[in-house]
Amino acid sequence: MPSSSGGPPVSSDVAYASVEEAAKQTYIRALKVLPPDLKEALARARAAETDPSGRGFLDIMLENVAVAERDENLVCQDTGTVVFWLEVGDECALNLARVSAAVKKGVERATLEHPLRPNAVHPVTRKNTMTNTGRHLPAMHYEFVPGSAGLPADALKLHCLPKGSGSENMSFLKMFVPADGVKAVKRFVLECIVEAGPKPCPPTIVGVGLGGTADLCAALAKKAVLRPLGTHNDDPVVAALEDELLGAANELGIGPMGLGGRTTALGVNIEWAHTHITQNPVTVNLQCWAARRASAVVTPDGEVTYGF
Amino acid sequence: MASEHKGETLTGGTERHLSFPIADLDALRELRAGDRLRIDGHVIGIRDATQIAMFDRGEKPRMDLSGAVLIHTAPNVRKLGPGRYEKVCIGTTTSARMNRFTRGLMERYGVRAIIGKGGLLADSLPVLEEFGGVYLAITGGAAALETTQIEEIEEVEFEELLPECLWKFRVRDFGPLVVAMDSHGTSLYEGVTAKARDKLAELVARL
Repeated sequence: MPSSSGGPPVSSDVAYASVEEAAKQTYIRALKVLPPDLKEALARARAAETDPSGRGFLDIMLENVAVAERDENLVCQDTGTVVFWLEVGDECALNLARVSAAVKKGVERATLEHPLRPNAVHPVTRKNTMTNTGRHLPAMHYEFVPGSAGLPADALKLHCLPKGSGSENMSFLKMFVPADGVKAVKRFVLECIVEAGPKPCPPTIVGVGLGGTADLCAALAKKAVLRPLGTHNDDPVVAALEDELLGAANELGIGPMGLGGRTTALGVNIEWAHTHITQNPVTVNLQCWAARRASAVVTPDGEVTYGF
Repeated sequence: MASEHKGETLTGGTERHLSFPIADLDALRELRAGDRLRIDGHVIGIRDATQIAMFDRGEKPRMDLSGAVLIHTAPNVRKLGPGRYEKVCIGTTTSARMNRFTRGLMERYGVRAIIGKGGLLADSLPVLEEFGGVYLAITGGAAALETTQIEEIEEVEFEELLPECLWKFRVRDFGPLVVAMDSHGTSLYEGVTAKARDKLAELVARL
């Protein structure tokens, strides 16, 4: 990677062409190939499931994942509202306005060239843009991070999350106050899972945002959904809360497709921010069993490495 | 059409094959919650915008829906020519959003079965009872598999609502499906939800 240090300052058009291509490919790839941690979690859930209904639905889910890979087809027909989480290395000199434009173009190209179902409509007129892009779409969240093993300091990582509406419609926000305590947070998360019931295609990944402001809290819940299963928040207090809530969620008996069983949630992922002395916001963003995500690292010289 | 099994699981055991549309509009009264089915013949795809057009704007489709089974879907398709589409990926969406159209579909159009996921709401149960209708649960998100069971898109109406058109699919061995709401007042969802609410109260006390 000649330009990762001391090379030309950034960045030839090739880098932005690569971002566009990476956005297109991560969108399509996310829709077709589920990440290994998810496939393993579904297989483990099937092995542990005792309810005949739950076992049957998990069998079909696993069969469907295999058929999607065999036929190179989409796992689920819902091509989602496209969300990108972009990690920007702290020495990355890419122009982020051009990156945003390239990501949008990539989503549009994926939609038209594959073709993919267009879902983006005007909230009042309901007119479809036919491209899965539009005003503020795809949603893009930028985060600036130090370089790491997975992300060179001068590179950019795209995480694509095509969010299905069945689960996105099951999103909840509550502004608690300090006197409510942590118990209220726990109760709220479980109430949301019961309220959602069969609708988000359980078993779900329960994304929880904790703290911050209402808007930040909602974004954190979405970020939580992106985190691989089997990982924990790096704060041990929060990690313990994840485990406690997952155990409780799987006592509810909602089960696969909400028709009964032990497996109601595959994971509870919490992301948090410090918040105001007067408040304790909580957001729940449920993710369906077909929890699609894909990533790509783009270096300034336009090299792309795909992952989940 | 006697129920020859009391199905508990979605896979394995006996599955009944039914062909749609049905001529006898009372034929599905014999189905019971828990019965498992596969469908041959025609399944009609319908969605939010399609039903808003039909019921809120009074736009009547030419397609005959008498005795039909509908599926809540908006497919991924490739356009081949005017009114002609090829399947790309077809799967099932959440039904509860479209709950308020159940009566109109059954009373005015003669629909007798709806395939969806997540269930219709409890107030659709008396409608199913009145018209001998059923709600059939499919595995949500299992669209790649569903697509292999759809042979062809034969007709499309309300093309201006793309992808939320009225779609006529020819299917073979479509399923597995489970009767999740029958015409005898039973909803499998209600039982699960009631137990979950009881458990929730217990968990909250313990947390």
